[in-house]
Amino acid sequence: MQTITVNDAVGQALAEEMRRDLRVLTFGEGVATNRRDLLAEFGTQRVRNTPLAEGIIAGAAAGAAAMGLRPVIDLLFAPFLTLSMDAIMNSAGKLRYLSGGQFEFPMVVLARTGAGWTVGGQHNHNLEAMFVHAPGLKVVMPHSTADYKGLLKSAIRDPNPVLFFMDMTVGHTPGPVPEGEHVVPLGQAAVPRAGRDVTLVSYSKSVTTCLAAADQLAQRGIDAEVIDLRTLKPLDESTILRSVRKTGRLIVVHEAAAPCGVGAEVAAIVGEKAFAALKSPIRRITGPDAPAPSSWMLEQAALPQADGIARAALELVGAETVPA
Amino acid sequence: MSQPSRISMLETMMLIRAHEERLAANAGGSPGTCTAVGQEAAAVGVVRALQPRDRILTNHRSAGHLLARGADPGRLMAEVMGRADGYCRGKSGSLHVSAKELGVVLTSTIVGGELSLAPGVALAQKMGATVPNEGTEPGGITAVFFGDGAACEGIFHESINLAVTWQLPVLYVCENNQWQAFVRRDETMPHEQVRPWAASHGLPAVSVDGNDVEAVFAAALAAAEHVRSTGTPYFLELITYRTRGHYEPDDQAYVDKEELARWKARDPIALQRDRLLAAGELAPGELAHLQQRVADSVAAAFAFAQNSPWPDARELLTDVYA
Repeated sequence: MQTITVNDAVGQALAEEMRRDLRVLTFGEGVATNRRDLLAEFGTQRVRNTPLAEGIIAGAAAGAAAMGLRPVIDLLFAPFLTLSMDAIMNSAGKLRYLSGGQFEFPMVVLARTGAGWTVGGQHNHNLEAMFVHAPGLKVVMPHSTADYKGLLKSAIRDPNPVLFFMDMTVGHTPGPVPEGEHVVPLGQAAVPRAGRDVTLVSYSKSVTTCLAAADQLAQRGIDAEVIDLRTLKPLDESTILRSVRKTGRLIVVHEAAAPCGVGAEVAAIVGEKAFAALKSPIRRITGPDAPAPSSWMLEQAALPQADGIARAALELVGAETVPA
Repeated sequence: MSQPSRISMLETMMLIRAHEERLAANAGGSPGTCTAVGQEAAAVGVVRALQPRDRILTNHRSAGHLLARGADPGRLMAEVMGRADGYCRGKSGSLHVSAKELGVVLTSTIVGGELSLAPGVALAQKMGATVPNEGTEPGGITAVFFGDGAACEGIFHESINLAVTWQLPVLYVCENNQWQAFVRRDETMPHEQVRPWAASHGLPAVSVDGNDVEAVFAAALAAAEHVRSTGTPYFLELITYRTRGHYEPDDQAYVDKEELARWKARDPIALQRDRLLAAGELAPGELAHLQQRVADSVAAAFAFAQNSPWPDARELLTDVYA
């Protein structure tokens, strides 16, 4: 096991996959400037800076992918994705289908989001659900350092377009990553903490918050299970359903706003497929339906907090024994 | 240019016209079809100047490009009518037809979508020498067809700028047909032509009469040769006119009738036909023979498409993911 930062985990994944497959190339705003190690090893054809123009970065990636290359593009911050929506959603996401399967779009889009750097709503916007809603795309949002590496390697190998969202605040956070080849399949959730009483479903850095809430709950004798979705599309329904059938209680936690979000989808799936197992109403603890603020105080207020999650879990457990 | 190719360009234009008019007459069975009637010289002149190793990106008015490239009229009509024998097994309809086997890749019906994809296709071609990729062949170039409407999208400038700065082999073919859906081109642009916008990006930019198939062919040959030999992009504008509506059916009540008549008097098919007849390269009897062959081909294609089965309902969920 090595201890490396998330940024290094991403860099390792890129370097290993570029070594493994000549078709992998990477470009975007500042990619050649900031990934000098990759530039030195793989050269200017495969490691490229681009104009500051997200639409054509993503479009060029889709065109290259359709011809058989495997581009990894860096669009920096998630709100910038809105400038590349046509290429990602209309071309990469749909043209495999509309062409009757003649073309594939093996490409990865990197974008950062998440509260903590006080950059405000045009750099911080957890808009992952927009892409979950779009056919033909996969959506990955890792939590652990090891998953940043293992999931990115799988995303690069995947024959479909993959949105790979990174939390901007964890880049310098060190964590354990297995030595050597480490690949984590897409579509499989992780269960970083098993428990019997309540299921906390989350992803990205909110998993850390859920684990802290689970520690608080343990002190109150409540045994919480924490699920890290890792991949939002395809969604690992079976891990969610298995857990809820065991605990009977579900709280979904994410930084993104609630309306039509991942929490709404998870709640709907559980409502449709495991309703009989529920001992209490489903709860969502999410960011507000508001642009991300820049003030540190307001930004922290927008984040799901461990205290709030623990309180909600206690209410759900209590609701069973203490009728309202 | 040899005589057969001059006649064959005429015949292909006639085929495209008859094909699109047959579909337009069947608007109930192929709703929303966008024709390029009046623009046949642009499609034929450029596509005939390309080589099999080249790749083509087109847009919602794609029938001319596909037929000029050698698409089977029956499979193309089947696609437009949503049938299983279409090039995309009916999933494209008229608006996004691609045909990998013909090198017609990545048709986008989002105006400007083809411009967004073209540099990546050309990048794969450029990198093909060192990085094997299945989609390209050595020495190939990318030809991308779009209109004056797409030139008003921001992606037009992003695309050309990337192709220039990355030195990509893209032949930009702007079919300036004077209409942007239901809006006149002169309402939306300060220039009569798109060329000045392209030229400002520092690539060769040429405008020619898009209704003269021989002028288009000569300009496209020179343009393709430039792109192939230098590996850098080129902008070719074809000045033409969309003589049918935005889509079918469209009564064109918004079109100035005198303007339409002026352009119809410069019909690209009549222009080439009369030129060959006057030069004695085409006898009236041969012309009648061509007309019959085209009519037979379109009738057979339409019958093939009508008899082609609908896709199986299970196809609804295939091809979404690889």
